[in-house]
Amino acid sequence: MRVNLTVNGRATAADDVWEGESLLYVLRERLGLPGAKNACEQGECGSCTVYLDGTPVCACLVAAGQAEGREVVTVEGLSRGDAPLPGAGPAHGDVSGEGLHEVQRAFLDAGAVQCGFCTPGLVVQAHALLAEADGVPSDADIREALAGNLCRCTGYEKILDAVRLAATRLGPPP
Amino acid sequence: MDFLRPRTWAEALDLKAARPEATPIQGGTDVMVEINLDKGRPAALLDLTPIPELREWSREGDVIRLGAGVTYSRLIGELEARLPGLAQASRTVGSPQIRNRGTVAGNLGAASPAGDSHPPLLACDAVVEAESVRGARLIPIGEFYTGVKRNALAPDELIRAVRVPVARGPQYFSKIGTRNAMVIAVCSFSIALHAAERRVGTGVGSAAPTPRRAVAAEEFAAARLDWRGRSPLDPDVAGRFGELVAGAAAPIDDVRGRAAYRTHALAVLARRALGWAWADFRAGTGADSSAGSGGGDDRGSQ
Repeated sequence: MRVNLTVNGRATAADDVWEGESLLYVLRERLGLPGAKNACEQGECGSCTVYLDGTPVCACLVAAGQAEGREVVTVEGLSRGDAPLPGAGPAHGDVSGEGLHEVQRAFLDAGAVQCGFCTPGLVVQAHALLAEADGVPSDADIREALAGNLCRCTGYEKILDAVRLAATRLGPPP
Repeated sequence: MDFLRPRTWAEALDLKAARPEATPIQGGTDVMVEINLDKGRPAALLDLTPIPELREWSREGDVIRLGAGVTYSRLIGELEARLPGLAQASRTVGSPQIRNRGTVAGNLGAASPAGDSHPPLLACDAVVEAESVRGARLIPIGEFYTGVKRNALAPDELIRAVRVPVARGPQYFSKIGTRNAMVIAVCSFSIALHAAERRVGTGVGSAAPTPRRAVAAEEFAAARLDWRGRSPLDPDVAGRFGELVAGAAAPIDDVRGRAAYRTHALAVLARRALGWAWADFRAGTGADSSAGSGGGDDRGSQ
């Protein structure tokens, strides 16, 4: 079947989609967006987190056909220069000079990227947390927000540092 | 495999009647796992997410009618004061990403004995609203679970909504797991004090082939609690209540825990939950503050 959807602000279509296929497979294998990662395929690890109509979800658990006519933002869509982030919550995330979103920059600066596999999912989920947060979230709130994102390098302390750093740099929402 | 995309509820019922073997999919947090891991391949997926009215809830008298597409995240955000037990259970479901997709109706459709919604639904006397082209019917929650991952729905029926009475007293949900997140219950327990009727509701999860009530424990507590004088909970009553809850379970040994552990843990969970609920009752808190005043929203949609 054909699935029509908007990805990172661009209307697009995927053809020859199998009816039992996931949105994650469509993004990675049919639309050439490998940012969202494929790991557990059961919603445990969060490495495939993307925005679906502005809400962070596990792309592996969205049937491809359920994305018909809907708006998806992947980690690639967070680093698109100064473009607004359609469907990605309040766009108070200023983008730094090299095209990275502040959340992405903070992950690099804080040393929160080790093997990097969990990073895209964590970046999207942290982005969603900070889009709602008023100032720097408490550690408890960060841990709760990121509870569904596993890092098997176990770099959680640096990841918490990155979220706090990004929150500090972003400041309160306008 | 076919992918069926009804635009309206009537169309969904027509499709389910024509294709009773089709698997309904809402949040996909169970259905897609089965497909991804090749545990099962449905003949067809019936996508219910396009149907707007399923995403609505409304207050009808003393009951919240929760549309089958209302996610756990929205339930937590919009209905915590009125459905505290169900909201507490919803908070323990998966992760934020899972709660953004998963629904109570999906939990009912899957009917896993470990589903987090079931204990509070049992404790609160919820009613499942099932519908087919033949008409709608109301299934009391106690008659809904018929076996491991089996429920009372006919092959042509879909869940339209779940009707949950607004809390009229303290409610608690408690769950054992290896982490504070992303946990399938080793065992779980929910209590609801129906203060006006001097009645106690219970629900036991992940400790029998189906979620179930602990009826003997309910009757014991209702008779022994000092509803009029609101005196402190007698530790012997709390302990006996825990034993009776554990006695209602029929757990098995599996990867998540041993039967003996589950039985022991349930007694502890139940004893503690009764203590929390009774303390709230004595303090006059824990009931729905808007129930009498008509405060709070009466509907929600997305």
